[in-house]
Amino acid sequence: MTIHPGSAHRELTGLLDTDAIRKDFPVLQRLLHDGQPLVYLDNAATSQKPQQVLDALNTYYEQHNANVHRGVHVLAEEATALYEGARDKVAAFINAPSRDEVIFTKNASESLNLVANMLGWADEPYRVDSDAEVVITEMEHHSNIVPWQLLSQRTGAKLKWFGLTDDGRLDLSNIEQLITEKTKVVSFVLVSNILGTVNPVEAIVRRAQDVGALVVIDASQAAPHMVVDVQALGADFVAFTGHKMLGPTGIGVLWGRHELLEDLPPFLGGGEMIETVSMSSSTYAPAPHKFEAGTPPIAQAIGLGAAIDYLNGIGMDAVAAHEHAITRYAVERLLEVPDLRIIGPRTADDRGAAISFTLGDIHPHDVGQVLDEQGIAVRVGHHCARPVCLRYGIPATTRASFYLYSTPAEVDALIDGLHHVRSFFGAG
Amino acid sequence: MKLDSMYQEIILDHYRNPHGKGLREGDAEVHHVNPTCGDEITLRVKLDGAVVTDVSYESQGCSISQASASVLNDLVVGKSVGDAQKVQEAFLELMQSKGQSEGDEEVLEDAVAFSGVSKYPARVKCALLSWMAWKDATAQALAQRPE
Ligand SMILES: Cc1ncc(COP(=O)(O)O)c(C=O)c1O
Ligand SMILES: [Zn+2]
Repeated sequence: MTIHPGSAHRELTGLLDTDAIRKDFPVLQRLLHDGQPLVYLDNAATSQKPQQVLDALNTYYEQHNANVHRGVHVLAEEATALYEGARDKVAAFINAPSRDEVIFTKNASESLNLVANMLGWADEPYRVDSDAEVVITEMEHHSNIVPWQLLSQRTGAKLKWFGLTDDGRLDLSNIEQLITEKTKVVSFVLVSNILGTVNPVEAIVRRAQDVGALVVIDASQAAPHMVVDVQALGADFVAFTGHKMLGPTGIGVLWGRHELLEDLPPFLGGGEMIETVSMSSSTYAPAPHKFEAGTPPIAQAIGLGAAIDYLNGIGMDAVAAHEHAITRYAVERLLEVPDLRIIGPRTADDRGAAISFTLGDIHPHDVGQVLDEQGIAVRVGHHCARPVCLRYGIPATTRASFYLYSTPAEVDALIDGLHHVRSFFGAG
Repeated sequence: MKLDSMYQEIILDHYRNPHGKGLREGDAEVHHVNPTCGDEITLRVKLDGAVVTDVSYESQGCSISQASASVLNDLVVGKSVGDAQKVQEAFLELMQSKGQSEGDEEVLEDAVAFSGVSKYPARVKCALLSWMAWKDATAQALAQRPE
């Protein structure tokens, strides 16, 4: 890894002690392709895991493994306490008024599908039917588009969306026409995984509340990187996914307001979610269990709890400050590269640490390949947000995304790598 | 460097100056996409009797997918459908070889340059995109024929 000459790094403030943090992440010690250090800049796809999370998973399986909520033996009680303890950690992390508002799912996609299905099967006043409208945005991840398309196809509800401005922000100019008395649900991403944009929650929530619509927030790219306080957000549902916040794959969260979870019907049926069952009908357990059919991802929830402990140990404000400094530096340096166009905000203000760009007419797939040869992992493609690529008239982007262990030297490595890409394809 | 085995000079040449690009009249048209990286191709096949008289295409995507469409045009236009299908099969086999095959230069000509690509699983789909589109379009063109 090369250090940028003149080391502008000294002027960066708010950086974490990444030397210490990186020691906790075994995979960051890896050397690739004959000795190149791994420069992992694909954190928006998934984060790496610290030893503390790996240990929590192992200890659970080595010492406590049992099914939860069903046994009277020691292991079953320990497993249940650990699993429910993870729920307490999540509830505190997002400032949920009650632990019973935290539903474990397998990922953010399942969380969003769960909300869409609760509302599709609900009674009035929540029911989404052919008179209803659902509002999303053009910058959603496919996980927050397709469930609503399915819902509207099945119910006849009308799907509408906010468009985007040229600099990668939501165009709120027609908010009054978009969110109307007919709107039953407004669902939007807090931080875009492709553009990096941090969206103005307050303006959207206020309008939605004025017309009595429910608000769903996709916090998949927010919960790992900043303080997410569900009470301050003012939403009705908040979804996120464990693997992007140092936790294992296979665990996601849906937070929902207590009254809603009481009123709304279950989606998946099975063990765990019932009170009594007869052959003709069943009654359901109270939330959150009503929405957790079957054996849950126990180890994964415990792993997520350990990830939250790790994040709390550093402090989410400190994580956000670190990423802000890295993002500011990265935006600045990327704009030095000839022919590079940032797709999304061109400053570090109201922006997260995922930065998409195009590089002249060199296809992102080729950019990613040549970077990989230098040990630099980025993501290329449409990042599960194809409408954004269509909006900006590009087939795909290259995306670098940072996290709490990212360093300015890694930004420099990316920049050097991009210069190499240009010369490799004869552009510079 | 290992990269040079993928980005052979022949491939980069085809990428910069693609042969036969642009849509012309055809007997069948298909549109194929490679969802992993967004490569797309619209391809038409023109047959005259048993001979492939034209393969025209509009495409966007990475260098590998673009170069491979250009090489396809070189290799199959002017051949009988049967011979062209043999080339297609040989190319498919080469791309599935995981770097183990060098390809038969007699049959594959410039396309042997893609043997390095076969080592990169994520890129094999890029190289095969136009060939699969051609196979599909040819089958449709043949199926449309009056008995
Ligand atoms: C903004 C956003 N929403 C939803 C998701 C879906 O997360 P998962 O694949 O874990 O369900 C992602 C991750 O790719 C994302 O970035
Ligand atoms: Zn490709």
